Amino acid sequence: MMAKLTIPEEELMSPGHMGCLGCGATQAMRYVLKAAGKRTILSIPACCWAVMPGVWPNTCLQVPELYTPFETTGASISGIRAALDALGQEDINVIGFAGDGGTADIGIQALSGTADREDDVLYIMYDNEAYMNTGIQRSGSTPLGTWTTTTPVGVKGDWEKSPKKNVTAIMAAHGIPYIATATTGYPEDLIRKVKKALSIKGTKFIQIFSPCPTGWKMDPALTVSITKEALSTRAFNLFEIENGVYRITMKPKKTPLKEYLMKQGRFRHMPDDLIAKVEAGLDTAYENLLHLEEFTQKKAGSSQ
Amino acid sequence: MPGTMDEIPITPINTVNSTVVKTGGWRAFRPICDTEKCIKCWSCWKFCPDVSIAISENGPVYDYDHCKGCGICANVCPVKCIEMIPENK
Repeated sequence: MMAKLTIPEEELMSPGHMGCLGCGATQAMRYVLKAAGKRTILSIPACCWAVMPGVWPNTCLQVPELYTPFETTGASISGIRAALDALGQEDINVIGFAGDGGTADIGIQALSGTADREDDVLYIMYDNEAYMNTGIQRSGSTPLGTWTTTTPVGVKGDWEKSPKKNVTAIMAAHGIPYIATATTGYPEDLIRKVKKALSIKGTKFIQIFSPCPTGWKMDPALTVSITKEALSTRAFNLFEIENGVYRITMKPKKTPLKEYLMKQGRFRHMPDDLIAKVEAGLDTAYENLLHLEEFTQKKAGSSQ
Repeated sequence: MPGTMDEIPITPINTVNSTVVKTGGWRAFRPICDTEKCIKCWSCWKFCPDVSIAISENGPVYDYDHCKGCGICANVCPVKCIEMIPENK
């Protein structure tokens, strides 16, 4: 059968995993493994993916994986790389696969240490914008105005009060060779970025925007289409930073933020003035990104 | 499965492929593909989070033992040839 496929056909993730209906994080893992191939070692901390491979003795992953404590993903991938170096095995990809809480909040110091030591590893943050595995608690990556079980809205309007933490900017400040953002709605782009990251020596970081129908209170069938709306409303931006030079990989036409928010139960309580405030913040962040792209590309062009 | 203490590894190691777990029981809506209308673009295969769609000459073949019925395939299909039918019908 000669089917025309846009992504590799090899599957390194089996069905029968414990992910919810329409889980974006499982799509992220499927695409990352398609890009990285069989010679890969994964390190997974406490997150949805610590549960999803299945209950012992089952696993849905066809590559070796190490479960680590919540805050140690960065340190564990450094250790795996050091062990492989000691054994003289150079052709193995070492990938840390952590959620947004395990990256933006709990795992940030271990990740910072890895980037500081310039270890040859890839760190992937799959971003579903809250601690979904433990029951939808807010994380640093939760956007402004969101309902979660720890920001329960109620009568006092007790929603999430701070905007989404800019983890790519934190990683850019470490001066690592490759940083990218991707989303599960564009697997070709995601796979290209993972392959590119694995071809570069040094610490690499990729943030994957992966919808969570359970925690976002939306129809699981919308997992793919909601990522396209997230990009066009600037709720998430696709770009890569290669040796300090920014490049925005997708510049879709702007659509109103309200349409994106009202499809998700976690935003449905938001009053119009709050939506306007959030939209202004997202537009400013996108403009800053455009300026960064222009400035860094001009600088790179003049230094050559 | 290990029998004696000596056979038990120091840390638990998962060795059984998860395909033995039949997650199809979670399903409330069953996807049915009209293969006459299918244009073989394989968007459904590409986006399936449960790896439950196989590629064949006639169009997608569903693995109903594992499909959880999320409806992503029906949503991404450009010609809308996949229908979600309630399981109790």
